[in-house]
Amino acid sequence: MFKSLKLRGAITLIVCLAALYFLIPTFIPNIPSSWNKYLSKEKIHLGLDLQGGMHLVLEIDTDKALEAMMERTANDLKESLMDSKVRFRNLEKAKGTAISMELTDPDGKTALENVLRDKYPDLEIDSASPREGGQLVTLKINDKRAAELKKLTVEHSLETIRNRVDQFGVAEPEIIPEGDNRILVQLPGIKDPERAKNLIGKTALLEFKIVDDENSLDEALRGNIPEGDIIAYGLHADRSSGERSSTPYLLKNKALLTGASLETAKVQISDRFGNPTISLTFNSQGADDFERITGENVRKRLAIVLDGVVHSAPVIQEKISGGNAQISGNFTLDEARDLAIVLRAGALPAPVNVLEERTVGPSLGSDSIQQGILATIIGSLLVFLFMIVYYRLSGVVADIALAIQILVILAILAAFRATLTLPGIAGMLLTVGVAVDANILIFERIREELRAGKTARLSLDTGYDKALITIIDTHITGIISAIVLIFFGTGPIKGFAVTMIIGLLASLFTAIFITKVIFDYVTWNFNIKKLSI
Amino acid sequence: MSMELIKPGINVDFVGKMKYAMALSAILIIVGIGSVIYHGGFNLGIDFAGGSIIQIKFSKNVSADSIRAAFKSTKLENSTIQQFGANEFLIRTSESFSDQKTLAVNVEQPLTAAFSKDYEIRRVEVVGAKVSSDFRSKAIIAVILSWLAILIYVAWRFEFRYAAGGILALVHDTLIVVGAVSVFNMEFTINILAALVFVIGFSINDTIVTLDRIREIVKRNPKQTLGDIINLAINETLSRTILTSLTVFFTLLALYIFGGAVIRDFAFALLVGTVAGTYSTIYIACTSVLLFENLKISKMKRNK
Repeated sequence: MFKSLKLRGAITLIVCLAALYFLIPTFIPNIPSSWNKYLSKEKIHLGLDLQGGMHLVLEIDTDKALEAMMERTANDLKESLMDSKVRFRNLEKAKGTAISMELTDPDGKTALENVLRDKYPDLEIDSASPREGGQLVTLKINDKRAAELKKLTVEHSLETIRNRVDQFGVAEPEIIPEGDNRILVQLPGIKDPERAKNLIGKTALLEFKIVDDENSLDEALRGNIPEGDIIAYGLHADRSSGERSSTPYLLKNKALLTGASLETAKVQISDRFGNPTISLTFNSQGADDFERITGENVRKRLAIVLDGVVHSAPVIQEKISGGNAQISGNFTLDEARDLAIVLRAGALPAPVNVLEERTVGPSLGSDSIQQGILATIIGSLLVFLFMIVYYRLSGVVADIALAIQILVILAILAAFRATLTLPGIAGMLLTVGVAVDANILIFERIREELRAGKTARLSLDTGYDKALITIIDTHITGIISAIVLIFFGTGPIKGFAVTMIIGLLASLFTAIFITKVIFDYVTWNFNIKKLSI
Repeated sequence: MSMELIKPGINVDFVGKMKYAMALSAILIIVGIGSVIYHGGFNLGIDFAGGSIIQIKFSKNVSADSIRAAFKSTKLENSTIQQFGANEFLIRTSESFSDQKTLAVNVEQPLTAAFSKDYEIRRVEVVGAKVSSDFRSKAIIAVILSWLAILIYVAWRFEFRYAAGGILALVHDTLIVVGAVSVFNMEFTINILAALVFVIGFSINDTIVTLDRIREIVKRNPKQTLGDIINLAINETLSRTILTSLTVFFTLLALYIFGGAVIRDFAFALLVGTVAGTYSTIYIACTSVLLFENLKISKMKRNK
């Protein structure tokens, strides 16, 4: 490599100083602020298994979102076809994302095609078969558009979840898309995992619907639901007994206004029991709509429906202008606060399923850190001692290199914001093993050369030369298996693989380069004839 | 005089004992496979089988039976309850607790009823069916991919006859570790898989070192028989092989003893892998080079 010992010594020194520089924030907690601007800010980033927190893999049910969209499209299409005087019957959303209908005119298909071309470019005719006096037609959304919509749904969900988590106030959350329709959420240091999960996973679709008091609820409950109506339930908890009961409502299915028209949502304590309510403020378009809707439906009941559950259904006394409304219900303060957050952040465009959840409590995390550090210290000490006992002063040289290696690994973790996990600590320990192996390879070679009668200097150089290629081999195979694990791994395992790669690269430098610098320095300056090995 | 565990000039006839080694390996692998069959397949952890684990620490002495009694007539009734350190238990169920409130109803309420507030839920992991089946296929791909990657590297660095021996050793080590996990009825988790992939990368190290030495001696004394060369190479590198394995073994032992219950299985698999890797280097990788060579010679003779 480099012949100049001075240059090699300088490189070694620079590496050590750089490692210390990046480790200052991790090991010295209270740095005077006047020093702060000269220092790196990055502490070693601990994985969720070490600091506690929650790891979630969510699946966005994009198929459901698409189905809901087709449901709406089917309703719109009905109106468009009536406007264009195309005669049809039994138009409905069929299985999956298809729309089926019967055209009752012989030339209905051409008319339908015209409407589709003008207003519904995303829809195409999937199949058409003749029926007496007309045709049976199924429509589907074209594949390219469907894929596009699914992608948009995932992006929108990601954005919404990000907003919610930001407003919830988690330090350094990670929210990353994974694959086609999955989202990875990592929330370090979360204290109440159930609450966080509820906040993230709630669809939070807020709808205002009119209660249908003209038709009989009882009749509807018996199964005769009037066209365009649905049954929804309101949940009530009895204040004294805590018993939960549900009340059915017959609602007009069409949502007059949704959460999309909200400007903001806030928690207010206004109820005489000190119960929190959520006050909603509509944006200007929403406020106009709300004024018009309340004006048109005076003395009817307006149901406030959240994710299909009726929260309240007050009677509209008069036209409400000003764009304010309230949701009351049996909320705890936390529930109300979380509801306000999800309403502000907006509804998720699709239902979310939790595919994987891993929660580690902070106490387990700190236990793991302590045990990991203890194992590292004892393991390293054993190795250090062994090297000194077995290789005397040469063992000391190897130990110095090992200590530098551990520092360099930690410094690189800090500098590149890589995550240290519990398996990562094990990985670090293992790379220490591999680095020791490199030195053992070199030292055994040197011993062989010495036994063959060569001088100390020559044995050193030949020992290093002959061992080099083997050492590189052992490091490369280690790195290969670590790379395989990076492709496979989830959090902690990825941490293991990353730490292994960093450790192996560091070991190449410390176990070969730094030990040789020390040997050369000592043998040249003190004119050593006999190696302590 | 420097300290030497293995004296220079040592000359053990490893190649001569090949038959016994092969028999031992075969027995170990058969025991492992037998154990897998006996246990009705692998004891897959939730990563690969789906389900939930809940780690609970009690602030006083509690028996597994009293916990089981507390969980009577909840969804955790048929769960596995395993002691996991002092006053700490790991509860495993195939139920997936991903919908909320389930945890409260099935875990917190019964526990509070039985033990009041003297407990702490320290870890909850839930893996759904989709993710676990993803993990299963990914795990198989990861193991095969690491075999292939190492095979390609070794084949590129050496000749194929060496590489084949190395890969045989890898497959051997993988089977031994998997067998040990099954014999001790440990759960096959992602951590075990990571250990397995590491063992694959690590156990090839010794093999490369020894193969390098074989090549070096072949260049030095091309007239020697391959059996003698292999024996010489193993003996010359024996000191290093044993020393390295010992140091790694001790660091892993530290991890196994002090690293805590969360990582104990991982450390165990690595320990087994290290021992298997050292053994397979000497007996499987090197001697199979000879085996392949003999096969080739006998084939050539037959073809004549």
